Amino acid sequence: MGALSIKQVMKRYGAVEVLKGIDIEVDDGEFLILVGPSGCGKSTLLNIIAGLDTATAGEIWIGGRMVNQLSPKDRDIAMVFQSYALYPTMTVRENISFGLQMRKVPKHEQDEIVARVAKILQMDHLLDRKPNQLSGGQRQRVAMGRAIARDPALFLFDEPLSNLDAKLRVEMRHEIKQLHDRLKATIVYVTHDQIEAMTLGTLIAVMKDGEIRQFGRPQEIYNSPADLFVAGFIGSPSMNFIRAPVVRQASSVGVQLTSAAGTFHLPMVHLADQLAPWVGKELIFGIRPEQITDTVVSRHVNGFAHQRSVPIDMVEPTGPDTLVIMQLNGTRVVSRVRPEQAPSPGSTMDFVFDVSKAVFFDPQTEKRAA
Amino acid sequence: MDAVQSALPKLVLSPTLLTALVFVYGFILWTGWLSFTESRLLPRYEFAGLTQYITLFENDRWWTALRNLGIFGSLFIGICLGLGLLLAILLDQRIRAEGFLRAIYLYPMALSFIVTGTAWRWILNPGLGFEHLVRSLGFQTFTFDWIVTPGMSIYAVVIAGVWQSTGFVMALFLAGLRGVDDAIIKAAQVDGAGPVRIYTRIIVPSLRPVFFSALIILAHIAIKSFDLVMALTGGGPGYSSDLPATFMYTFAFNRNQIGLGAASAMMMLFTVIAIIIPMMYSETRRAGHG
Amino acid sequence: MAEYVRSQSAGPQLIGRVIIYSLLILVAVYYLMPLFVMVTTSLKTLDDIRSGNLIALPKALTLEPWIKAWGTACTGVFCGGLKGNFMNSVTFVVPAVIISTFIGAMNGYALTMWRFRGSDVMFTALLLGCFIPFQVVLLPMAQTLGYLGMANSIAGLIFVHVVYGLAFTTLFFRNFYVTVPAELAKAARIDGAGFFTIFWRIILPLSPPIIVVCVIWQFTQIWNDFLFGVVFSSGQRQPITVALNNLVNTSTGVKEYNVDMAAAIIAGLPTLLVYVVAGKYFLRGLTAGAIKG
Repeated sequence: MGALSIKQVMKRYGAVEVLKGIDIEVDDGEFLILVGPSGCGKSTLLNIIAGLDTATAGEIWIGGRMVNQLSPKDRDIAMVFQSYALYPTMTVRENISFGLQMRKVPKHEQDEIVARVAKILQMDHLLDRKPNQLSGGQRQRVAMGRAIARDPALFLFDEPLSNLDAKLRVEMRHEIKQLHDRLKATIVYVTHDQIEAMTLGTLIAVMKDGEIRQFGRPQEIYNSPADLFVAGFIGSPSMNFIRAPVVRQASSVGVQLTSAAGTFHLPMVHLADQLAPWVGKELIFGIRPEQITDTVVSRHVNGFAHQRSVPIDMVEPTGPDTLVIMQLNGTRVVSRVRPEQAPSPGSTMDFVFDVSKAVFFDPQTEKRAA
Repeated sequence: MDAVQSALPKLVLSPTLLTALVFVYGFILWTGWLSFTESRLLPRYEFAGLTQYITLFENDRWWTALRNLGIFGSLFIGICLGLGLLLAILLDQRIRAEGFLRAIYLYPMALSFIVTGTAWRWILNPGLGFEHLVRSLGFQTFTFDWIVTPGMSIYAVVIAGVWQSTGFVMALFLAGLRGVDDAIIKAAQVDGAGPVRIYTRIIVPSLRPVFFSALIILAHIAIKSFDLVMALTGGGPGYSSDLPATFMYTFAFNRNQIGLGAASAMMMLFTVIAIIIPMMYSETRRAGHG
Repeated sequence: MAEYVRSQSAGPQLIGRVIIYSLLILVAVYYLMPLFVMVTTSLKTLDDIRSGNLIALPKALTLEPWIKAWGTACTGVFCGGLKGNFMNSVTFVVPAVIISTFIGAMNGYALTMWRFRGSDVMFTALLLGCFIPFQVVLLPMAQTLGYLGMANSIAGLIFVHVVYGLAFTTLFFRNFYVTVPAELAKAARIDGAGFFTIFWRIILPLSPPIIVVCVIWQFTQIWNDFLFGVVFSSGQRQPITVALNNLVNTSTGVKEYNVDMAAAIIAGLPTLLVYVVAGKYFLRGLTAGAIKG
């Protein structure tokens, strides 16, 4: 039996359906990310898992038990909040041991646990301070310490890094990942930041409007998005979506792209069967910026990598690479090139299009066509 | 979620809610009922129509009370607002000993209206108080016997009332002034506006919400005024400084006219509802759009 | 803010300052005068009062008026001074303040940290109770106290003041707890704490600022009340405000203005002292009440 099982969970507020039937299975030790834009229902789902809110229908199973009727304290969970939620009038030590006190853990055991947790998070010197004497990162660590002290079956994180500045966020992300590796904990983590999702998660559930659009491993979701939304949500800068006619040229099926300089054909050898029914119609061609590069970066021109010449509109240096922006089929298309290869706006450049990871979406249903 | 735990907040709130339902709303209905009966010394509950209200509005003393409420209310509110705003603006000018002065203007709010009334009664005492003082300074013909003059007694109440409540208004305005956005003032200065202009055209208008809060509270105090009148003039001379609140008390509890007293109480309630609710409503709507 | 609103040259600026300070001092005199008059009058003999004037200092200091006001002045039929009434006030004010504050705190906590359907409606319904003129509840309450056997009793006064104070105390605490993050209660629930534990161990310890404001406000309101006192009590059970009014209005024999003033000061001293000591919190209470939720 898995560590967490969400079966057909639905949540309705009056006439509004906030969760439309969620099914998720998570095994021990997995790091599940619930990611999506605000309003998608991820926080509601987390609260339902925690027991802070009740589902209108469906079952929640934690560690092999159905917990729908159990109050939060009996579900064997721990939660870390966006605002840390540390008890302001208690010291760090008291904050960590509060939950233990509530469960009537003997005093000497409490002390042991606090000491152990403080060691793991390197907080020994902070134990007698109050929350208002700590920095943001320290407070977050105390919040995690409070969760660890409970030794729960499931850790729940509710956007814990949103309140931190960029640098601190990267540090804390690292710490959370380390914690996961060390404790082999099962974690459910809510965020709206897809970078966090990709770097931390072992499983990702991309949510929108109360549904799960795709559930799977990070790389799977990145390379093989189930629909237009998931494709556009994960990855930064986001995937290029070019509406293009599917054309048969010579023996290959591919897409036709038009720039200010003319039209060219990109063959999709590996997708010939999937694209065949679409010849003569239009599909949304999805290709990530890093699949469009300069001729020096790409290793070879082969069945997947095709060199084409396109006039460019704008150049945006980001430091490690430069984004070169072009117009294809009337759409703004972003590519990533080595800064040294970056051309000047208005000129034409040779690009290599690597279509090995190209994806196609039905313009009507927005679902994956190929 | 635990059934017990989710029931607890409601359980905790229910006594208070019940209290409000019974002792506020229920009692209002009860008094309303009484106002439609012919109760005198003891309550009687047979419906008698609007007789008490008719009696009320045929009563000279009630009309005096209403007229006094109008005079007292408008003067009290007007002066408190004006003086309060002026004091707040003055105190905002980086005055030394601002805290000290503020404390002086505000201390009357800590006193009971009875204490205030008693003190001012003495001060306004013709023959021994202020009138006597000015006369003893050489102005032999100075008279200040408002407190014993039927036509003027209500104005004496205004003096004491203003003394008590202006500090509060000042405190509200001062807090409001301190909350004004510096950037707007700087922009006005760059545009060439002088200090008076900046005050009249920018700062004072931005105090509108504070103005409304103060207005609502002052109106509330004015309508409820009872203690002050009882201590200062006892409603007199005669009933020349009567207010609806003193009218109600006199008829309900001294004159054994429960029905009439109830009717006057209901009229007070209607006045509060008629004046304060629309004000609050328009302010919240404005705040929603503003 | 006023730094920016300044004339540029020194001349007009100085005149401006002089005018401002003069006005402020003039108004301060208007405010302090009654206090000064009360104190000085209370220390004069009746002859002194008659021969002197309002603001003259006492020619011969005497504490007679004070002794009389406290112990022997007539407040109606009874002539035992204000001491009994002072004790009456203390006896009902203290419990009323404590009870209404405590219930208000729990209500504010329940309304903000345990939101449920209808909690906002409940709050608004309660809030309206702050606005009614109490005249509309006097008659029914008098009847009710009679039925309950609490007419003309300290218990009755405590009851009335608690009932009608709950709207304000709940408002204070609710407005304060709204600024406390609700996640605090969620975290505590996950930690295993229940409704009352969370209140006692977590919320209450961060409440001292608002508790002080509430206590000061309630103490001032209840001690200074006259309406409930005069309607719901009589004779020797009356609070000090009612007794003061009776004392001042008794028209037997010569009016003893000095005793009247001493009595007024005795009645006003407790709240005035609270103001002097904790004025900052008093102000916070006033403005908190004015800025409705």
